[in-house]
Amino acid sequence: MSEPNRIDCDIHNEVPALEALYPYLPDHWLDYCRESAFNGPDAADYPETVPNSARADSSPKPDLAEVQARALDVADIGILNCAYRVQSVRNEDLAASLATAVNQWQVDHWLEKEPRLRASIVVPSHNPRLAAQEIERWADHPGFVQVILPVRAEAPYGNRRYDPIYAAAVKHDLAIGIHYGGAPGHPPTPTGWPSYYIEDYANMAQIFQSQVINLVCEGAFERFPQLRVALIEGGFTWLPSLMWRIDKEWKGLRHNTPYVRRPPSEYMREHLRFTIQPLDAPPNPLHLAQILDQCGAEDLLLYASDYPHPHDDQDILLDLLTADQRNKICSANARQFYRL
Amino acid sequence: MSTRFDSTATVESGPATKDRTNGHDPKNPSASVQQSARYRAPLDTAIIDTDIHIYFPTQDVLRDYLDEPWQDYHRTFGQRGFDGSHYPRAMPNAARHDAWPGDGTPPGSNLPLLQKQLLDEWNIEVGVLNPLVGAGEQRNLAFGAAFARATNEWQLAEWLEPEPRLRASIIVPWEDGQLSAAEIDRWGSHPGFVHALVIARTKEPLGRRKYWPMYEAASRHDVPIAIHFGGAGGGPITGSGYPNHYIEDHGGMPQTFQAQVISLIFEGVFHEFPTLKFVLIEGGFAWIAPLLWRMDSSWRKLGSEVPHVTEPPSEIFRRHFWVSTQPMEEPFQPNQFRQLLGHLDLDDRLLFATDYPHWDFDAPDRAFPVPLDKERRRKFMADNARELYKL
Repeated sequence: MSEPNRIDCDIHNEVPALEALYPYLPDHWLDYCRESAFNGPDAADYPETVPNSARADSSPKPDLAEVQARALDVADIGILNCAYRVQSVRNEDLAASLATAVNQWQVDHWLEKEPRLRASIVVPSHNPRLAAQEIERWADHPGFVQVILPVRAEAPYGNRRYDPIYAAAVKHDLAIGIHYGGAPGHPPTPTGWPSYYIEDYANMAQIFQSQVINLVCEGAFERFPQLRVALIEGGFTWLPSLMWRIDKEWKGLRHNTPYVRRPPSEYMREHLRFTIQPLDAPPNPLHLAQILDQCGAEDLLLYASDYPHPHDDQDILLDLLTADQRNKICSANARQFYRL
Repeated sequence: MSTRFDSTATVESGPATKDRTNGHDPKNPSASVQQSARYRAPLDTAIIDTDIHIYFPTQDVLRDYLDEPWQDYHRTFGQRGFDGSHYPRAMPNAARHDAWPGDGTPPGSNLPLLQKQLLDEWNIEVGVLNPLVGAGEQRNLAFGAAFARATNEWQLAEWLEPEPRLRASIIVPWEDGQLSAAEIDRWGSHPGFVHALVIARTKEPLGRRKYWPMYEAASRHDVPIAIHFGGAGGGPITGSGYPNHYIEDHGGMPQTFQAQVISLIFEGVFHEFPTLKFVLIEGGFAWIAPLLWRMDSSWRKLGSEVPHVTEPPSEIFRRHFWVSTQPMEEPFQPNQFRQLLGHLDLDDRLLFATDYPHWDFDAPDRAFPVPLDKERRRKFMADNARELYKL
C-alpha cells in the first residue's frame, strides 16, 4: 500500500518573544510595552519546560527551518496554529493590536517564506466585533484558512455574542479552529481550580466536550449553516459517548432549545472535524476500531502531528484504516475542510 | 451575512405550544398523569435502587430537627449557597408529574407514596436515600454542619425507622473537612447509613487537601463517599463559562464527574487513603473509558509531576470507584452498548438506580437499552450494590 499524501492540520508556530512583534505594533502600544516591560500574553496553558511541550530534539517554539525539516518532511501541506493568547490580555485594544501584529508576523516569517504552509488568524475573541475586523483584514490572503480560538473562553462558543466572528468566517469561507488552551480567568473545571498541571492537561478534553454541547445546543449551526469547526488537540475518543448522552438529553429536553431541529449528533457529524492528536487511545486496538465505527470517524478526523509536541502513537490509528479511510483522514478530509 | 435566523432570536420565538405548563397543574399535580398500568417486562433478579431522593415536606419539618439557635437563624436568614448558577428545571422540582403527593408537599417527601410508587411497585429490596436538601452547600459552614446533622436525624426518625427497606446517606457539610469528619464519626457505625454524600459541583476539586479529613473519617469507618449529580459550586459549569440552557447544565454533568475523577486520582487521595471507595451517582458512565484512556496517556507524559500516582490511573479507578447507571447513555445501535460495557470493564462496579422521583426516572424493566445476560443483570440490578454496601 503506498503511503497517501499527508496534510498536517496542527503545527505550532509560536512567537519567540514580544520583541518579534515590535516592528508590527503601533507606536502607542510599542511605548506601552517598553515602558511597562510587558512580556506579552501569558496564559501558562502550555509551559515550555513541561515534559510534553516538545520532542526530545525539538524546540517548544520551533522556527521555520525546524518546521520545514521536522514537520513538513512528511507532509504536503501544514496548517499552522499559533497559540498566541491575545485573549488573555484584558485590554481589548492592546489585544487587537497584538493580534494584527502576530498575523502580520505570520505572513512575513512563515507564509511568504514557505508555500506549503497555511496559517490561522489570531483574533481578540473576547471582543467579537474587534475579532471580526481582524478577520476582515486577512480574509483575502490565500495563506489564511482558519480563525483560531482557544478552547477556554469567558463564554462558551455557541453563545450569540460570537456571531460577528462566525459571520465573518462564513462570509470568507474560513474554518474556525478551536484549540487546546486559553486563560479566561475562571476555573478550568466545573468544580474549581485543580492543583497540578497534569490535571489541567487531562481536563482540557472536557472543555472541548462542553464547547461541542454549547455550539449545538445554542444553535450556532442553525444560525450559520455553513459554519465548520475543527477541534484541535482535544482528543476524539470521547465523541461517541458525548453523542449518545446529548442525543438522549435532546429527546427529553428539546423543548428547551426549539432551534435545535435535529438530533445533536447530526450537527456534530456535519459541522465538526477533529485532529487525531492526542490520540488518547484505548490499550486494545479493537476498542479503538469500535470507537471509530461508532462515530463515523473516517469522515471526521484530520491527520495532525501536533509538532513540536511529542506523540508516538499515531500508527495505532493509521494501522486500523483501509486505504480509502487512510486517504480521507490523512488528506482528503482536510483538503475539503480547508478548501486546499 | 448568510445567517438563516435572526441572531436575536430567543427560546420565546421558537414554536409555540398550546400548553405552556407542560401538563402540570400545581393545584392537582397528579391529574395529568395516566395511572393505568403499562406492560411490564418480567424481572428475574432482585432490585437494589441506589439513588432515591427525599425532601423535607416543609421547612418547618427541617426546623424541628435543628438545634434551637439555628431554628431562628434559618427562619431569619434562610439558606445561602452559591448563587448565579442555577437553571430552571425542565419541570417543577425536576420531578415526575405523578410523584406529587397532592397535599402541597413536594415529590419525595411522603413515605407512603414513595413506598407505593417505588418500593412496592417495583419490588425494591433495598433503596438508598440521597437527600439533596442543601446542607453541604451552605456558605455559613457552622449552619451547614447543623443542617447536615438535622437532615441525618430526620432520615433516621422518619425514613429508616418506619421503613426497613431504606438506607440513608450521611449528609456532610463537605466544604469543611473537619466538620464533615465529625458527622461521619457520628453515623459511620450505624448500619442504616451506607455512604457519605457530596455533590458533583463542589467549590474545589475533591482531590484538594481541604477535603482529606472527610476521607480519613470515611476510611476509618469503611464508608464510601458518594458523589451525586448537581450543585452550583460558585463557578460556571464549563471550563469556558456559563451556557444558556438547562439541557447544557443537565448534559454537562459528565464533564463535572470527569474533573472530580481526575482530581481524586492525580491529587493522590488513594495514595493517602488506600481503602477509600467512591460511588459516582447520576453521572452516566459512557464517558469513563475514554477518560481513563486520556488519563493513562496524560500520566505517561506528565506523571513526573505526581510521583504519588504510582500506577496507571485506570487501575486506580477500577479499584476505588463504583458507578450508578442512571441516566445511562443510549448508543445508536444495540451492539454499541455491549461494546461500551467491554470498554468499561466494570461489570462488578455498575449499580442500578432509578433516580425516583425525578423526571428522568429509569424504570427497572426498561433501563438498559439492550437485554443483558443473566450474570450482568444480577450484578447490576443488585449484587454489586449488596457487596459494596454490605447489605
